[in-house]
Amino acid sequence: MAMALWLLILIPILAAPIAWMGQQWSRHAPRWIVLGALAIDFILALWLGGQHSAGQASGHGAWLAESHTSWIPRWGISLHLGLDGLSVVLILLTAFVGIVATIASWTEIQSRVGLFHCQVLLALGGVIGVFLAIDLFLFFFFWELMLIPMYLLIVIWGHAQRRHASFKFFLFTQAGSLVLLVAIVALALLHQQATGRPSFDYADLMGLTLTSEMARWLMLAFLIGFLVKLPAPPFHTWLPDTYAEAPTGATIILAGILAKTGAYGLLRFTLPLFPEALNEVAPIAMGLGVVGILYAAVLACAQTDIKRLVAYSSISHMGFILLGAFAGTELALQGVMMQMVAHGLSTAGLFLLAGALEERYQTRNMGQMGGLWSVTPRLATMTLFFACASLGLPGLANFIGEFLVLFGSYATQPVMIILASLGMVMAAIYSLGMMQRTFFGRQQDTRTASDLSNVAFGTLLFIAGLQIWLGLYPKAVLTTTKPVMEQLIQHALVSANTIHVPSESLLSSHIVTSQGSTP
Amino acid sequence: MLSLLWLIPVLPLAGFLLLALCGGRLSRQHIAWVGCGSVGAAAVTTALVAIDFFSLFPAREFYQQTSWNWIDTSGMTVGISWYLDALSLLMVAVITGIGFLIHLYSAEYMAHDDGYARFFAYMNLFVAAMLTLVLADNLLLLYLGWEGVGLCSYLLIGFWYREPEYGTAAQKAFIVTRIGDTALAIGLFILFTQFKTLSIQQVQSLATGAWPVGSNLAMIVAVLFLIGAVGKSAQLPLQVWLPDAMAGPTPVSALIHAATMVTAGVYLIARMHHLFELAPMVQEGIAVLGLVTLLLAATSALVQQDIKRVLAYSTMSQIGYMFLALGVGAWPAALFHFLTHSCFKALLFLAAGSVIHSLHHEQNIFKMGGLRRHLPWTFWTFLIGAAAMSGVPLITSGFYSKDWILWSVWSSPLSHRWIWFGALLGAMLTGLYSFRLIFRVFFGEVRTQPTGESGLAMRLPLVVLAFLALTVGFLEMPHTLGNVTLFSHYLSHALPTTALLPGMDESSEAREQLAVTVAALLGIGLAALLFLPGSLFGARGTDQSTTHPSMTLLQGGWGFDRLYDRLFVQPWFAITRNSSDMVDRGYEWLAVCAESCHGWLSHTQTGQVRWYAASIAVGTLMLLGLFAM
Repeated sequence: MAMALWLLILIPILAAPIAWMGQQWSRHAPRWIVLGALAIDFILALWLGGQHSAGQASGHGAWLAESHTSWIPRWGISLHLGLDGLSVVLILLTAFVGIVATIASWTEIQSRVGLFHCQVLLALGGVIGVFLAIDLFLFFFFWELMLIPMYLLIVIWGHAQRRHASFKFFLFTQAGSLVLLVAIVALALLHQQATGRPSFDYADLMGLTLTSEMARWLMLAFLIGFLVKLPAPPFHTWLPDTYAEAPTGATIILAGILAKTGAYGLLRFTLPLFPEALNEVAPIAMGLGVVGILYAAVLACAQTDIKRLVAYSSISHMGFILLGAFAGTELALQGVMMQMVAHGLSTAGLFLLAGALEERYQTRNMGQMGGLWSVTPRLATMTLFFACASLGLPGLANFIGEFLVLFGSYATQPVMIILASLGMVMAAIYSLGMMQRTFFGRQQDTRTASDLSNVAFGTLLFIAGLQIWLGLYPKAVLTTTKPVMEQLIQHALVSANTIHVPSESLLSSHIVTSQGSTP
Repeated sequence: MLSLLWLIPVLPLAGFLLLALCGGRLSRQHIAWVGCGSVGAAAVTTALVAIDFFSLFPAREFYQQTSWNWIDTSGMTVGISWYLDALSLLMVAVITGIGFLIHLYSAEYMAHDDGYARFFAYMNLFVAAMLTLVLADNLLLLYLGWEGVGLCSYLLIGFWYREPEYGTAAQKAFIVTRIGDTALAIGLFILFTQFKTLSIQQVQSLATGAWPVGSNLAMIVAVLFLIGAVGKSAQLPLQVWLPDAMAGPTPVSALIHAATMVTAGVYLIARMHHLFELAPMVQEGIAVLGLVTLLLAATSALVQQDIKRVLAYSTMSQIGYMFLALGVGAWPAALFHFLTHSCFKALLFLAAGSVIHSLHHEQNIFKMGGLRRHLPWTFWTFLIGAAAMSGVPLITSGFYSKDWILWSVWSSPLSHRWIWFGALLGAMLTGLYSFRLIFRVFFGEVRTQPTGESGLAMRLPLVVLAFLALTVGFLEMPHTLGNVTLFSHYLSHALPTTALLPGMDESSEAREQLAVTVAALLGIGLAALLFLPGSLFGARGTDQSTTHPSMTLLQGGWGFDRLYDRLFVQPWFAITRNSSDMVDRGYEWLAVCAESCHGWLSHTQTGQVRWYAASIAVGTLMLLGLFAM
């Protein structure tokens, strides 16, 4: 089992140089290597997940699979990996979205094919490492590992403004990482202060008791580090430039998976490590979430560039994740989980479609499109479907995510939830506006264009099928992640209670809701 | 057979999937078979279920079925569950029955359209969503149907997507109703937070236990549900989307914007009647909203030039009657008017479609005339529809339902006299605008030459609906006339019966009915006087050019569009005109700062040794000075 965890990370990383070399054998060899590596990873993760739910019956024990090897004992650094429901779901999402990204680049990427797919595999290996590492030093290593290949993907294969965009992406994420690094080191040193030896280990640091002053600052640092990645305002401005300029495959990885590493960080580290400061930071974080939902939705309505529109809608959807993560109820956390998966699927679909449009018409400006329904009916139908997913149509997965967050958070912050609900109206405005400007109306560009290829169409249909399946049967995700979320809430409550006198109304509402929700 | 309940919404859904996935490969005939067949099969299933339901009715008042657990986590349990009682069975029967007739009609009406498969796919999806809405056991599933019908309405209004105005109308419809939907969603959040369940029955029984009548929370939730209902049902103040929604093909207007979807608000309020009973002030508000809408819409209907817009305003007006009835606690009367209205309004739209079809898509009534002889089937069925809508006494269904509503308004303890007078005025106006249409379109000289009567697939639904428009009224007849109470008796198992003020006896009912009869006939007579060619004022037939300001105001639906444009649409466009991100400006400023600092500092790099030496010396002195301090 322990070996399998390392395999999850090593398969993509070891396949990366092979993909690079594969270019010599045939044009498509690198693509097939990526697909093969990710498929194996997917099946492996699925198998581990199956073990997971079987082992869940035994109850306690945080990790189902765990691998622990000493690395630099002097500094308390170890090669520590752990797998639970949260990571299983996200690794499955990573492998799947990676496959979609590869298919999306099938015709778009024609130069340096081997190198491109090598970078894709390295980035994905880093992401999977992020989802597995429970030693904070190791976590940070993977956190940085995924960044550099992403930077290269944008700067080498991006569109006209790629230098500006990639530089902005690098600066923002690197600045966020530095804040995170300072906080991680500070935690390790605080552990030394308390016990005499430094430690980067998750379990050790969870047991650390901090003064509320210290906890507040460290939590803010952990929050900022992850908010840049999520992203949430005011750290979001790298995203529209990056998403628009990156090649389609990279955009799909960025939006579908990399954004989720921020969300994962919030759930895995920010929330459990600093329960002392949760009550102070939670309203701020939720407020940022609501601002993100509304502000990005307004800007999405204002865009004429289709990729920037989807990019802003993506920020808006991420606001629900931030909102739910700090709501302090299990239901909202489950909503966050659902939203991560749903957004990963819907946004991958939308960017694939936007990329297909760009490839056909050499423009992202919707003012130059219009009336394309009759030219490319498959493209149009699929865009309609994903626009519906994005506007939160019930029966699709995004609806479950958003609504569980809203249902779960209403007790904590009713006013914020009412404001966030206005995002639903705006989502309708930008999603339908996008349809109107591209596929409906009079035809602007009379060039004929080929419709979606069978492979792309099939991929999109499959994602659509997943959206419907999870929209009508969200249990598939929710049962896997339920134990994790249960534990998270309990841990936060217990720690918060032992340290603070529950005086604030926010805290008391946490207790009420958790009693109501756990049988 | 009751266990087949789940099949009713699933059949049209299957039709949709079939058409969506391989509609391109099917022949037109097969598309029509799938499209009509799936709804027809749903209607047959409904009949089978109904037979079983009635075999144990009223001993067993409802039937519940769970297909699977939709959400079951962390204290939230919501099923894909169905709930059949007298109310939902009535709705299902209307949706599948009338839905089937309209599908049949569409098979011929849309026969030459490019998007034949797309049309039937959307229509089937609509029927599936609408059935989900009315059969839902819990509010979340109801919300699924609620949003689903909204989506289909959007898709079908913008069906002819090449026209940008149609697209605008479609977006307007979706966005305006979504404002209502969002209010409804917030209502759901509150109910769930309070009661930890979304089951319609449980929520209401818990609410009745926990909230005293008139309590704040009850009022808030009722208002939120009401906003949802007025959005869908095109009532004030969210009514602006319906007239524009006529951009869709006429069968769509008949099915969605007349017979079924726009009455979803009525269904929602009736379904949640326990909740509204806890908020009497809100209920009174429903009555007033209904009255105001019915009068505004009726006056607007009087001056429209487009035949479909007349019918759109008339739909708003008739739904206003339903809201009025709900508001005064006449629950079964509202549903009875829903039943008769969906028959005669679907009939009117389909007949209007037949007119439009034969006139090469001409919709302006001032370019019509004299069609009585050319389109006899259409004329007679349209006449029956108009008569039913006006409430021609004794022989039409509209009379019985409208009379019931007016009698309830007169006799209910929840009502006021002035509301009754307003509604009576509305009844007069209904006769006036209905027969204005008849006289303009079917009498006088021929202005556009018609191509002739349409085929059997279009005529058959007209005849069946005309028959229904005449006869469904006999299900419920007042004490003074026959005293048939089949309908109210049936619905009494799902809805509370109407309360009467003391001292309301048969003689006062007869007097009240006389007033209603006179009002309807007065309206029709006035229409003949004003619009029948050859009558007193009928000669001045072409008031097309009238530009009197009051006329423009009425034609534009009392200026709500312009008001909302100023208040919301223009400011929104002003906000979204600028696509750049304010926050990004801050970072850009940072970058500019850094660059200018860099430029400034690079000036010091001169390459002259004495300059460097001097700066080192000055720097050292400054540092020393600092330490000295």
